[in-house]
Amino acid sequence: MNGRALAGRLLPVWAVLVALLLGMVPVGLAGVNPAAAYEEILRGALADVYGFATTLVKTTPLLFAGLGIAVALRAGLVNIGAEGQIYMGGLAAAVVGLSVHGLPSVVHVPLALLAAGAAGGVWALVPALLKVGRGVSEVITTLLMNYVAIYLVSFLAGGPLMEPGAPYPYSRPLDAAAQLPVIIPATDAHAGILLALALAGFLHLIFGYTAVGFRVRMAGANPAAAAYAGVRVHATLVAAMVASGALAGLGGASEVMGLKHRLFDAFSPGYGYDAIIVAFLGAGQPLAVVATAFFFGALRSGADTMQRSLGFPSRSSSRFRGSPCCSSPPAWPCRDGSSAGRGDGRRSPRRCRPPWPQG
Amino acid sequence: MRLSTPIALAAMGGVFSERSGVFNIGLEGMMLFGALAAVMGSHYLGGPWMGLLGAMLVGGAIGLLLAYVSVGLGANQIVSGVGINLLALGMTTFVARMVLRPAGVEQVPAFQIVAVPYLARVPLLGPVVFTQTPLVFITLLLAPALALFLFTTPWGLAVRATGELPRAADTAGIHVSLVRYFGVIASGVLAGMGGAFLSLGQLNLFSENMTAGRGFIALAAVIFGKWHPLGALGASFLFGAAEALQLFIQTYNLGIPYQLPTMLPYVLALVVLGGFVGRSVAPAAAGVHYGREDR
Repeated sequence: MNGRALAGRLLPVWAVLVALLLGMVPVGLAGVNPAAAYEEILRGALADVYGFATTLVKTTPLLFAGLGIAVALRAGLVNIGAEGQIYMGGLAAAVVGLSVHGLPSVVHVPLALLAAGAAGGVWALVPALLKVGRGVSEVITTLLMNYVAIYLVSFLAGGPLMEPGAPYPYSRPLDAAAQLPVIIPATDAHAGILLALALAGFLHLIFGYTAVGFRVRMAGANPAAAAYAGVRVHATLVAAMVASGALAGLGGASEVMGLKHRLFDAFSPGYGYDAIIVAFLGAGQPLAVVATAFFFGALRSGADTMQRSLGFPSRSSSRFRGSPCCSSPPAWPCRDGSSAGRGDGRRSPRRCRPPWPQG
Repeated sequence: MRLSTPIALAAMGGVFSERSGVFNIGLEGMMLFGALAAVMGSHYLGGPWMGLLGAMLVGGAIGLLLAYVSVGLGANQIVSGVGINLLALGMTTFVARMVLRPAGVEQVPAFQIVAVPYLARVPLLGPVVFTQTPLVFITLLLAPALALFLFTTPWGLAVRATGELPRAADTAGIHVSLVRYFGVIASGVLAGMGGAFLSLGQLNLFSENMTAGRGFIALAAVIFGKWHPLGALGASFLFGAAEALQLFIQTYNLGIPYQLPTMLPYVLALVVLGGFVGRSVAPAAAGVHYGREDR
């Protein structure tokens, strides 16, 4: 890899750094020393076991959903519906965890995860079918499905599934056998992150080394050529989208089974939207998504600490999260390793597209 | 009518941006910025009209930001739009809590309902259409004006050409990037107006995340309205009616949990997109970055 290629690979890193610098401006305007604010974020996210565990907790749903969105990206699809798929996955896991009793954990946990994957997949199936069948942009349909899912969970958590006498809309606790074990004692860090990491490795192998992954990429990059080569393009796209939704659904399940142990109204604070940025900054590469998800997880957990110690509204941290994608890389590293970008000050002879069709 | 107007304004913005070839998913965020700017303008600069002006300026500025990132730098349009939305949610909440709340700003001067002389007395139509805040009338006039602009003027032709086949437009001497900047900024101004209508036309205050997905409904209205300003207006009426119906159900407490009727506009949008639109054809180059040296 020559220097230019390396610069291209590092573009997302630059983007994040620029964004963090820009984020200082309003923090400073609010009368807080920006350096102190970032120090608090860093301290809160990584300094001790507890902070690190919180970071892992926040990373988990981002990683699941980010991987899901990355799978869709590889097929040339933009899944903005991870938020809704997270909700449906959490809902399905909660239903299994609440209604089934007496199973050993080794059966109950996979069963709940399976249900969550199925629910997330079904939630993504509708936009996928509308896309291949009627040509409706998946961007808008996945967005709209989010709202339906959020209100559906809100209704169930505050209605039929609500714990009698609860002060807020939440369900009874899940059956103990359906809860994910804690992996760092005395913290919230749960086994969901291990499953997510395993899936990231699995997807890396699929897309890097198997024909299935190649077919998905081909169907996304050049449907006509793919069809000519015998790939069933429509079926492949639908399958990729369903897999995408299933992964996001697992994210919701791990949140419910590992962290909350109940179905709460509005249990995801926008993980599905952050995951879009996670996936794009990771350029749709599963292993890179692990890194970006961890970064955003740390930002989220650190921002909570900063908010407590400096008296900031936590939402302002969503400004930090929002900004990296505004400065997201103008050009992506090309397949052949060369890169094109704004960094060299001249217009490059050839601009490369990201590895998926834009829009 | 009242519920349709913000959707209609944002949808017309979406029409402009997509006709010029930029898929603007940031409408939601632009509306939110507009809603906040309108309240601040109305409070600090004196009156709802200044608020509207502020909303248009801020909306346009956000449009400029989105245009710079997606057109100028060539970043993915959908990601940059999502970024705008996240930025809007964080920033408006931040400003509202750090500026408005400490200053004790809650209710601000809003638009009053005006009855158009004579027309307001037309039976049925009068009270519904002609007894509204001025913004409603502006919206109703804006739709045909924008349609005329897009479909009869050379500038409109330039916008449409840029959205359909930018290379041909470029060859014909049209500055593609400039037109796209214009399209996205115009959509920001319109979405900002939509936000201003939410905070000053329907209410007289700003609340966190008050757009609540209307920008996304507007995107559906763009598609359902077949990328035509009048079509977008019509589609917005449909979604406005759905919202009115769900409010009605909530108000009269028919024993239905509120979440179910709240879903109605979104479900309707999905059904409409899936079932009735048929294959409506988007501007061919919408969502695709154009660089002169690309091949």
